Amino acid sequence: MSGNFEEKIKNYRTAPFDARFPNTNQTRNCYQNYLDYHRCKKVLSAKNQKTTPCEWYRRVYKSLCPIAWVQKWDEQRQSG
Amino acid sequence: MAHPSQLGFQDAASPVMEELLHFHDHTLMIVFLISTLVLYIIVAMVVTKLTDKLILDSQEIEIIWTLLPAIILILIALPSLRILYLMDEINDPHLTIKAMGHQWYWSYEYTDYEDLGFDSYMIPTQDLTPGQFRLLETDHRMVIPVESPVRILVSADDVLHSWAVPCLGIKMDAVPGRLNQTAFITSRPGVFYGQCSEICGANHSFMPIVVEAVRLEHFENWSSMMLEDT
Repeated sequence: MSGNFEEKIKNYRTAPFDARFPNTNQTRNCYQNYLDYHRCKKVLSAKNQKTTPCEWYRRVYKSLCPIAWVQKWDEQRQSG
Repeated sequence: MAHPSQLGFQDAASPVMEELLHFHDHTLMIVFLISTLVLYIIVAMVVTKLTDKLILDSQEIEIIWTLLPAIILILIALPSLRILYLMDEINDPHLTIKAMGHQWYWSYEYTDYEDLGFDSYMIPTQDLTPGQFRLLETDHRMVIPVESPVRILVSADDVLHSWAVPCLGIKMDAVPGRLNQTAFITSRPGVFYGQCSEICGANHSFMPIVVEAVRLEHFENWSSMMLEDT
């Protein structure tokens, strides 16, 4: 399972088709992956585990989300 | 790219646009045939001496001129729906680019691997070199690898814009707070021009889009060069 996952990350080209968001509006796709990454990181860090599985969400949200949006959300997270 | 006295569409640079072109030709031919037929019938009816005041109805012709339009409409609808579903096919993009509309320029972000982002301003008329196109050239072009499926996510920073490139058959509204997805494949290398297609203020006519499709090695060289510059 982890071998497959590492290969998936290594062969990552761009965010693949996500059947949860099949339509033109991909706003939710970007936002969902951003949330999933940070939640995954939070949960795994709380259990003192490595956050490597969260890397997929990070790659996907970086591909999909405009840089300005990510910066704005990061600032919002930092200010609570 | 449009040329002077052009009447039809620009030459297609993507398979979808080719289909749209052929569909347009097919439908326009049907329209011309119907118009010619109707015009002929009108003229014939007006100039004819053969009239019969006592004709009240005729089943046969009623059947014909009900069925024939229905068949013609089906002949138009079938290719149309085929193209509609073709455009909606699930494709597996190799590259994702974000096109963000601002007042009054576009910015492109290539963030699949590194964070590459740059702005694309129109080159003012007085700064053009001979051979360049007025109101269409930009300082930085959106470079993509040819024959690779590309996903474009269009959004805006301030007001409504629209990202349009006629050669590729693409027009997608740029709405602030929303990420609109469209995808295409370029069938040939080249430079393809487009313009902002949603009124967005004083310089709405002066924020063009230039897409340059190049071979993969050139694309990789270009992206490394752009990363070093920024």
